[in-house]
Amino acid sequence: MHADPAGVLTGTHFLDGDHACCEGCLAAGARFASGYPITPSTEVVERFASRIPTVGGTFIQMEDELAASICLQGAVWGGAKAFTVTSGPGFSLMMEHIGYAAMTETPCVFVNVQRGGPSTGLPTLPAQADMMQARWGSHGDYGIIAICPNSPQECFDLTLKAFNLSEQYRVPVMVMMDEVVGHMTEKVVIPPAGKIEVTPRKHTKKSPADYKPYQCNGDGSLVPEMAHAGEGYKFHVTGLTHDERGYPNMTPAVQDKLVKRLRDKIDNAPDLVLYEGEHLDDADVVVVSYGITSRVAQRAIDEARAQGLKVGKLRLIIAWPFPTKLIRELAPKVKAFVVPELNLGQMVLEVERAARGAAKTIHVPHAGGSVHRPEDIVKAIVEANQ
Amino acid sequence: MSSVATNPVLPFLRTDRMPTIWCPGCGIGTTVNCFSRALLDSKVDLKNLAIVSGIGCTGRVAGYVNLDSFHTTHGRAIPFATGLKLANPKLNVVVYSGDGDLSAIGGNHLIHAARRNVDIKVICVNNLIYAMTGGQTAPTTPGHVITSTHPYGTFDPTFNLPHLVEAAGAVYVARWTTFHVRQIARSMAEVFKKPGFCFIEILSPCPTLYQRRNKMGDGLDTMKFYKEHSKIKNGASTSEIGLTKAGEIIVGKFVDRDRPDYINAAREQFVESLGERYVDECAAVECAAECCGEDY
Repeated sequence: MHADPAGVLTGTHFLDGDHACCEGCLAAGARFASGYPITPSTEVVERFASRIPTVGGTFIQMEDELAASICLQGAVWGGAKAFTVTSGPGFSLMMEHIGYAAMTETPCVFVNVQRGGPSTGLPTLPAQADMMQARWGSHGDYGIIAICPNSPQECFDLTLKAFNLSEQYRVPVMVMMDEVVGHMTEKVVIPPAGKIEVTPRKHTKKSPADYKPYQCNGDGSLVPEMAHAGEGYKFHVTGLTHDERGYPNMTPAVQDKLVKRLRDKIDNAPDLVLYEGEHLDDADVVVVSYGITSRVAQRAIDEARAQGLKVGKLRLIIAWPFPTKLIRELAPKVKAFVVPELNLGQMVLEVERAARGAAKTIHVPHAGGSVHRPEDIVKAIVEANQ
Repeated sequence: MSSVATNPVLPFLRTDRMPTIWCPGCGIGTTVNCFSRALLDSKVDLKNLAIVSGIGCTGRVAGYVNLDSFHTTHGRAIPFATGLKLANPKLNVVVYSGDGDLSAIGGNHLIHAARRNVDIKVICVNNLIYAMTGGQTAPTTPGHVITSTHPYGTFDPTFNLPHLVEAAGAVYVARWTTFHVRQIARSMAEVFKKPGFCFIEILSPCPTLYQRRNKMGDGLDTMKFYKEHSKIKNGASTSEIGLTKAGEIIVGKFVDRDRPDYINAAREQFVESLGERYVDECAAVECAAECCGEDY
């Protein structure tokens, strides 16, 4: 099905990433946001607050991130498509509710415009230091999806995709921008509503008597169907370990079945591998990057290739679930992976894990506050090629 | 053979989940009985009634009532309920949770929801202690009470919840004890029809942790205590109804006033600023209907 025309700002625009992200939310059908202001993410909901009364829907500025991150989930169970927006410290405060969304299978989107940390860190400057927090921040076993735009255009396109994936898998999806992507202004082309595909909610067609909120259909899908409050289903939702009826059940057998499904529906989903690759067939060195760093990496790759080095590009568009199989297949064919990122070592650990020692892994760390210098990445490529 | 009369509250309960986890003498079940009676008496539309709980003994209420029910995270029932109500304004949303959940970890949400006058009904079962975690001090625990974290007696000042929520902006505030079953049911039925942020505090025994540790007897002894020490004072000033360990318990309906709720205040402001450009009705429900296609 297609986007609601009312929410789509069709045309060619000059937008920053935060505003493009907001337009992606609207085009996806999000009509509810609860937020708490934090730099450098706030412009997303500031624009939403400005747009939503003329489109129809609700923005509420909550008293803190804990409230914001659970308020939107109430809205989802009330029938809305909903999201919240934050940055590192706020993201930390939201972790319990990311776990709640995973456990209760509440489709929703968390936009994180990353900044330097730890703690208050660098409020107005970039980092990519929440990547592991996105994956492992809440307690327990669960899968999530994290998606990494590298331009305002992608802030639109991939936010839209984030909503679609959240509905398809009934999972919280993280849009992992960073300060530079959030604040850079570029051309953004927004298609007509009729050309924007929107994934419908997995809404149940069963009668209340036949409906079990957490029962899979037996068609191989690991994603159960959903009902909303007020439709007569009288369902129960809990963050406790629960059976197919949604009733609390603390037995190891129920826990095992539930959390394995929560993990497997994401981590083993074949269509959650999304990347941009160049020269991967004959590369000696592959640069693995994501988000803003991928744009600096592109320049470094071009320079290294101008020097005659066989360098490939692998840009992670979906960072979580991590494309383990892809890296594992590439590893025996290359000398090394070079991994620049705006942190002191996060996704590089995944590359290393997936490569299983079949290729070297060279990290190009940066503690945040600016982007890499391309020459630092070139230097690592040259070193990796030896 | 004569037929056995069915308890009229059974349809409101998830009997397949019985027995409950609550201890003998606990008052939470009594409040649920009152809630069911209020549902019967008020003839509220059950299809559009949703209940949201936080964590703790009272947090389990959502799991035992046969409604759309949400057992959320510790302290966050109110912001969850806020999202539910704003996304689907036709729902009657009840938050049913404990004093620790609502006033300690959830205290910030409690005052801000009252300030906004979000149209939700908060039922606070106050047993004066953290029960499920083992009897630690709560913000509502009166002075000199023995708890597991104040083994020599509490000295933290005690929260007066009716006073707090009135000051924050609640439009309806009442307090009862589990001895006052008819009054509880009447208050509950009343708030289903009262727009805005409504708060009912219900004092309830915790014989296992509060009364036992303080040598106050069992559940029955507590009911006698409530009977002897309670005084109904409708309209009493909430600043003068603080609770002590053995003193008078002032109960009644203290506040019943009107002011625009959050949704109406928002609507008025948007109409004033945007006029015809304001789109009122595409609330999330209709949006979802559209997103879900014809089969929604």
